[in-house]
Amino acid sequence: MDFFTKFPVMGRQDLRDLKKSIDAGFRDFSREFGESLETFFEPLLWFLVWLEKLLVATPWPIIIIVMATLAWIGSRSTKIVIGTVLSFLAIGYFGMWKDTMSTLAIISVSTIVCITAGIPLGIFMSRSDRAQAVITPILDIMQTIPAFVYLIPVVMLLGIGKVPGLLAVCIYAIPPIVRLTNLGIRLVEKEALEAADAFGANYRQKLFGVQIPLALPNIFAGVNQTIMMALSMVVIASMIGVAGLGVPVLRSISNQYLALGLMNGLAIVALAIIFDRVSQQYGDRLQKHRQGIKHD
Amino acid sequence: MTEPKIKIENLYKIFGPNPKSVIGKVQDGMSKQELLENHGHVFGLKDINIDIPAKGVSVIMGLSGSGKSTLIRHINRLIDPTSGKMIVDGDDVLSMDKDQLIEFRRYKASMVFQKFGLHVHRTVAENAAYGLIVQGKPVSEAKQLSQKWIERVGLGGFEGHYPSQLSGGMQQRVGLARALSTDAEILLMDEAFSALDPLIRTDMQDVLLGLQEELHKTIVFITHDLDEALRIGDNIAILRDGAVIQQGDPQDIIMHPSDDYIVDFIQDINRSRVIRLKTLMTPSTSASDSGPELQHTMNLELALPKIANSASKSATVVNEKGEVVGSISLDQIISGITRPDVDTGSSETRYR
Ligand SMILES: Nc1ncnc2c1ncn2[C@@H]1O[C@H](COP(=O)(O)OP(=O)(O)OP(=O)(O)O)[C@@H](O)[C@H]1O
Ligand SMILES: [Mg+2]
Repeated sequence: MDFFTKFPVMGRQDLRDLKKSIDAGFRDFSREFGESLETFFEPLLWFLVWLEKLLVATPWPIIIIVMATLAWIGSRSTKIVIGTVLSFLAIGYFGMWKDTMSTLAIISVSTIVCITAGIPLGIFMSRSDRAQAVITPILDIMQTIPAFVYLIPVVMLLGIGKVPGLLAVCIYAIPPIVRLTNLGIRLVEKEALEAADAFGANYRQKLFGVQIPLALPNIFAGVNQTIMMALSMVVIASMIGVAGLGVPVLRSISNQYLALGLMNGLAIVALAIIFDRVSQQYGDRLQKHRQGIKHD
Repeated sequence: MTEPKIKIENLYKIFGPNPKSVIGKVQDGMSKQELLENHGHVFGLKDINIDIPAKGVSVIMGLSGSGKSTLIRHINRLIDPTSGKMIVDGDDVLSMDKDQLIEFRRYKASMVFQKFGLHVHRTVAENAAYGLIVQGKPVSEAKQLSQKWIERVGLGGFEGHYPSQLSGGMQQRVGLARALSTDAEILLMDEAFSALDPLIRTDMQDVLLGLQEELHKTIVFITHDLDEALRIGDNIAILRDGAVIQQGDPQDIIMHPSDDYIVDFIQDINRSRVIRLKTLMTPSTSASDSGPELQHTMNLELALPKIANSASKSATVVNEKGEVVGSISLDQIISGITRPDVDTGSSETRYR
């Protein structure tokens, strides 16, 4: 009855060899391509560093004014603007200003990367059922695999630093925007598209004049989720060299600094709430023309 | 006869995984039942032959599922047929390449939809101008050109509204303005007024008839409503299960329904309001000495009291120019109002 009590495991030696050969293969791969990948991401690094320096160097009152203005443009709500100003004042007062600026920089850059890569990918996915069938499981994996696991190949490829950190954040945060762009375009009413066809709209006119505008509320929900996921990834990314609010959190875990961890954690929460409310309000405003529709 | 504007020839449409594989069998007369059960395909359209004359309103009528939407979408090739021909102004729409087809849809034929098909993210003005914008005109010029049509359909002042802020009737006016703005000669209307309640529907029919009086477009109008068909149609084709079972002059169809299906169809109409004197009269060129003179397009409802009140119980029928074209008696009118049995050679024909 050995068969039932003991799982028929692969031979130890074989297993070790298998793992070894995978590791070796990937190591060769990263030796081969790591450098070219690094040069490929150079502009991104340059941009990230520039933005971080800019945010840190700018006098704090200006940053607060800019943030308040952005919050107002996005939400048109005094409550949210006041909340934003108070949060930033508190962050500064408790000595987390510089880390917060670093976090803002990486969130901004990774959101831009996710949008520029994710929206076209989502559009492509909406065009072909086969593309959707291939990409969906990949997105599932990206979203569910523990973040620590894919840090390993990223670090093997690019080492420790800002770029691998950024890459890790993007891999983690990009699925929602791809998914929701795809979904939004697929959900565009058949009638609206048929009308465009009947009046002789070409491919480009249909995509940019009908499908994307009508999918915009969904696309925007995707942007919102992407930002949230990027924020939640910041702590983990700081393990591989990303500056920002995650660094003190990590330090307080290893040293059991409760107050430090809590404060930085709360700063991340504050950023998340601000981004979420502002982008949600903005998304709602995009939908204004839809109120009361669907009475056909 | 002059060349028809749109000529539909031997048009077949079969829905299913591989329509080409069964088209031969269908042309040889396979039944709908057998096609579905043994081959897994669905009949869309079966051997359609219709000539649509220029500058008139041609109505295609049929019950739900008879293939009306499928048919009208073949005219601008939103649907490709399985076999057959679609000739518009002598050009074969089916052999057009992508660019020619886009050209055709932009300039030659525009469409009004049952569910309006408006773009909810565009204002009334932008929706009405859509066809012109797609043609490549600058937005401001397109809006300026379509402004006239917004006013003609009675939506002046609503230019900045979004479709969701309008009632169904108003939304369909936008749809109509959008279709008129491109100045296309052909107007395709798929149950354009069916989603509207009866009062607004009559209203929209009036708008359409008024416009048609000066525009003289070639209109293909789909409806499942016989009253609507009779009101606006210059000629009618009746579809059933994807095949045309009778087509021609509306008066003719009422007087000579070709089968039970059509009899069922026409039995609830108000015959005295639909049938005109010219349909029932005895043609002649000499004026009878007694009775009033009546227009040949007058319907029976209006003519009846005039004839009943005359001494001779009859009337002289004249055309628009006042020339005598025939005479009519009270008996003829009464038998005209009586519902017919299935044709032909039934009572009323002997009066012709
Ligand atoms: N894409 C399709 N695939 C399979 N069958 C179809 C398809 N489109 C239409 N049909 C079938 O063709 C028939 C005619 O459909 P169509 O929409 O043309 O009817 P209709 O006369 O416009 O009806 P209604 O008055 O309800 O609009 C229906 O029985 C439908 O099942
Ligand atoms: Mg239909």
